[in-house]
Amino acid sequence: MLRFLGFRLLRAAITIVMVVSFAFVVLRLSGDPAQIIMGADAPPEAIAAFRRAWGLEEPLWLQYLRYFGAIFSGDLGRSMRDGREAIALVAERIPATLALTIPALLIKLGIGIPAGITAALHRNSLVDRAVMVLAVAGFTVPSFVLGLLLVLVFAVQLGWLPSGGQESWRHAILPIVTMGVGGAAVLARFTRSAMLEVLGQPYIRTASAKGVPWRAVVWGHALPNAAIPTVTIIGFMVGSLIAGAVVVESVFSWPGVGRLLVVAVANRDLAVVQCILLLVAATMVAANLVVDLLYGALDPRLRQRAG
Amino acid sequence: MSEPLVAIRGLAVDFGGAPALRGIDLAIAPGEALGLVGESGCGKSVTWLAALGLLPGRARVSGSVRLAGEEILGAAPAVLDRVRGGRVAMIFQDPASSLNPVHRIGRQVAEALGLHRGLRGVAARAEARRLLDQVGIPDAGRRLDAYPHELSGGQNQRVMIAMALAGQPELLVADEPTTALDVTIQAQILELLGALRRETGMALVLISHDLGVVAETCERVAVMYAGRIVEEARVARLFAAPTHPYTQGLLGALPPLDGPRRPLSAIPGSVPEPNGMPPGCAFAPRCPHAAAACALGVPEAVAVEPDHAAACLRAVRELLPA
Repeated sequence: MLRFLGFRLLRAAITIVMVVSFAFVVLRLSGDPAQIIMGADAPPEAIAAFRRAWGLEEPLWLQYLRYFGAIFSGDLGRSMRDGREAIALVAERIPATLALTIPALLIKLGIGIPAGITAALHRNSLVDRAVMVLAVAGFTVPSFVLGLLLVLVFAVQLGWLPSGGQESWRHAILPIVTMGVGGAAVLARFTRSAMLEVLGQPYIRTASAKGVPWRAVVWGHALPNAAIPTVTIIGFMVGSLIAGAVVVESVFSWPGVGRLLVVAVANRDLAVVQCILLLVAATMVAANLVVDLLYGALDPRLRQRAG
Repeated sequence: MSEPLVAIRGLAVDFGGAPALRGIDLAIAPGEALGLVGESGCGKSVTWLAALGLLPGRARVSGSVRLAGEEILGAAPAVLDRVRGGRVAMIFQDPASSLNPVHRIGRQVAEALGLHRGLRGVAARAEARRLLDQVGIPDAGRRLDAYPHELSGGQNQRVMIAMALAGQPELLVADEPTTALDVTIQAQILELLGALRRETGMALVLISHDLGVVAETCERVAVMYAGRIVEEARVARLFAAPTHPYTQGLLGALPPLDGPRRPLSAIPGSVPEPNGMPPGCAFAPRCPHAAAACALGVPEAVAVEPDHAAACLRAVRELLPA
């Protein structure tokens, strides 16, 4: 078990280093922050001074080493725009993002899983078809289209809800619903196919053949097995709690991490972008680690292989 | 036969236009061992899955299945849940995938004990351990906490048998219980089934494609072909005097253990598709003795002797005085 955990932690660390390195290189090759931040018509001396101040005139490998050295001493750099610490800038946006993504996650779980199970149990029935039509619609419509559609109906036409901003809890409803619907659709399809796969297994027939009532077959025998593939997709959803709202935050002008990321990329605000990507990679990797541990708890076959 | 334990009359199953069973009549006496033989797809397993209501919803089932006189075909779920495992237990071909991979085997056996004998907790665990002992699993106390993937195929089949015994059934239906196992393990499992039948007095239906397996374990055999029973007799009688040409073909394909060497015969052709059944006798296209009359109607089973019936026009003709 310890070896398993150690191996996973090492792999997690490598993943994070790779993400951060990739971001470092791509950001620096795809545009000059000095030009963008100082403006196109800034005098050359000012741009040169800016470059010197941020160490941008040094060779890339030296910048890279310096950057990693700083990370390990806990310094994630400062924003090139206002000089504040990138980590502080990002941290103050996190609560706003979580205020959207956590309720959205609850909607995904609360609607997606029951809908998928119900559809699987009534395969080819009217209920199944209805759930699947909605699910296909839910995950083929991109979130910015759905978001705009909801704004059009509930903000513009009906005037029930605000179309953007963060003044009250009512401002959160449309973005939460926008994210929740898409995720619930994905989860419903996943849960349905996992359940169908499990319901066709011989051990389900065995349980029925020994007199287990159908309800108990579903709860006691089918669901624990169907949970194994479903946990994977839930892990992804948990992993994207921080970064999963980029599009929706932009559509609804919600001042969260996602919007900060969009602005920081546009400005080539290197430290801020890298700080967010580091955070995203870390949450995704942490969620994956939890999923791996959950696999072991759910499936004794994997537990043995891992231990 | 005295009052049969299970009486199946005219059992027919249809999977969306493709008939899988075309009228099965079968009776099992209390404590009897019956072999159900035929090639794959002939309806051996479907007969019992249909009788216990275990087929998927799209299967259309008709006919009658009486358990000690009580109709169970189409019975309410609550009735069927008491019958399944409690009065008629069933074990399957692939023991490894027939046990739930995420539950310990002790829990799976105890579940049946709770359902049919009201045993819970420590009492259920003690009885589960006794059952594992009874089916010959070494170190039963520790094995209770094992998962199916930690046991061999033969041991998993023993667990399946223990689970089947948990409800103290009057009939155990064993659906190809040894097909997925090594030959040596096969013999052990068959021996175990025979011994348990003697100890408990339960009836046994052994579904197999292997006449040899059935001959060793059973008293009576029913031979199935394309969704019908074509011949039924006591084991010794069937081997000595097979009447239906299909049975004759099956026996001709077995190498004799003693006597002179002879070339093994094969049955020409293949089983008809469910939705392309020939008119009349389904075996006629492959039958060496087929006559024009065979295509006219499906032959009814007739008694060629007491306790020996065959569904073949020739059997009828042989009975007529010359």
